[in-house]
Order: sequence, then C-alpha cells, then structure tokens
Amino acid sequence: MHSPLDRRAFLAGAALLSVLPLASAHATPEAMAGAIKAVVGAGTIREGRVKLDLPPLVENGNVVPLTVSVESPMTPADHVKAIHVFNEKNPQPHVFSARLGPRNGKAVIATRIKLADSQKIVAIAETSSGEFWSASADVIVTLAACVEDVT
Amino acid sequence: MTNVLINAPKTAKPGEIVEIKALILHPMETGFRPGTNGRIIPRNIIERFTATWNGAEIFRMEMSPAIAANPFVSFFAVATESGTIGLRWTGDQGFLAEEHVAITVG
Repeated sequence: MHSPLDRRAFLAGAALLSVLPLASAHATPEAMAGAIKAVVGAGTIREGRVKLDLPPLVENGNVVPLTVSVESPMTPADHVKAIHVFNEKNPQPHVFSARLGPRNGKAVIATRIKLADSQKIVAIAETSSGEFWSASADVIVTLAACVEDVT
Repeated sequence: MTNVLINAPKTAKPGEIVEIKALILHPMETGFRPGTNGRIIPRNIIERFTATWNGAEIFRMEMSPAIAANPFVSFFAVATESGTIGLRWTGDQGFLAEEHVAITVG
C-alpha cells in the first residue's frame, strides 16, 4: 500500500517533468540579452542609425518579412561591419548575423524570418569604428510559427 | 539540382549600387518540432550564405533556425567590374548549393 507522501512526491515530480520541456522550449529576454552580450562584448549599444522594418501585426509567423537598414556612408574608412538580429521568444535568441563591407554600397538587407510568438525583435549594427547601434520593434503574431509537424 | 531563384541586373554602370536578391528552396527544419511519430525532426537548416564578386567575398550571412523556410536574402553591392557574382549556400547534412550570374559593368 502506498503512503500519501509517495503519491504526493510522484505528483510533484510528474508536474515538474511536464513543465520542464515547456520552460526550455523558448528563449527568454534574458537569453536574448546574453546572446547580445556575446556579440557586443564590453561595447555599449546606442539607439539610432538603424531602421528595423517589419509588419507590426503578423498573420503568419512562419514567414515574416524583415528589412534592416543602417545609415552609413559605407566607405573603407567608415562602414557597417555586421548586422545582427535577435528575438525574445523563439527557441533560440539568434536570428542571423550578416557581414558587410564597403563593397556593399549601402547597408540594407532583407530576409524572411519565423516568429514563434508576439515579441520584441532587436537589430544591432556594428560599425568599422567599433560602435554599436540598435533598433527594436514589437511584433504581434496571430498564427505562431508551427512547433508541430502539420504534414 | 537545387532550385534557386536569383534576381540581379545583367548590366550596371561603374560605381552603381545594385540589389541582388536570392531565394533557395530549402525546408529550414528547426530541430524543435516533433513529427507525426512524436519524435523531434532532426535539424536541417542552411547555416551560411556567401556572395562573391569575381571571387572576392562581398557579403556573408550566418543563419539560425529562425530564418523562414526557403530562405530569401536581399543585399546591395557596388558594381566595380564586369564578371560573375557567385552565390553559395552551405548547411546541415552536407548541404551545398552554388550559383553564378554574369554581370556587365560599363
């Protein structure tokens, strides 16, 4: 015969197990801050110069158009070295890192991304002089990027 | 073999900034989704996209699973001299795709 304590311990364990995968399935704002820190290091990030274009209301999180443009003359002396994009609530905080140079003429890139939830997106531009500029955008997603196989 | 769509101008004036758009057919499987059998579908993404102009690298992008299926990338380049623009995608499971387009500058 099981004692009530055993049953309680079992239930507590089962509840914990069912919660754990959910907790690890999403990045958090802290995880995003950590990923940003890994890129920026000791540098300081300033708001501005970067324009992050994406729709404020997204119907389908599987395909979200995104454009990042940075004000820069893109000369060998002064250009954007890299553009990084991060998110808060996808399984991983990193979206992409692009490397650019004076050969690009202008620091504008566009792509399409997946969003698992309504969240904040952050774009960070790294200039040749070692400065970091950023922009962020809040997005509402009505249909999240699928986490289950629909086929 | 792989399906690639590239949109780049065939001609450009010297010093002109041209837009290059590339789209490749690829599932970009995140590695976070369970399949119909309940097991996680292994990750299969394109990790890196590089663009070269006559062999010299002009643009590179490292991708995470958060890039949508059939990755689309648009970027700009200064038309310096006539030649070929090379685009290369590499990823999981030994994925490799390469395409070239010719451009005349003058």
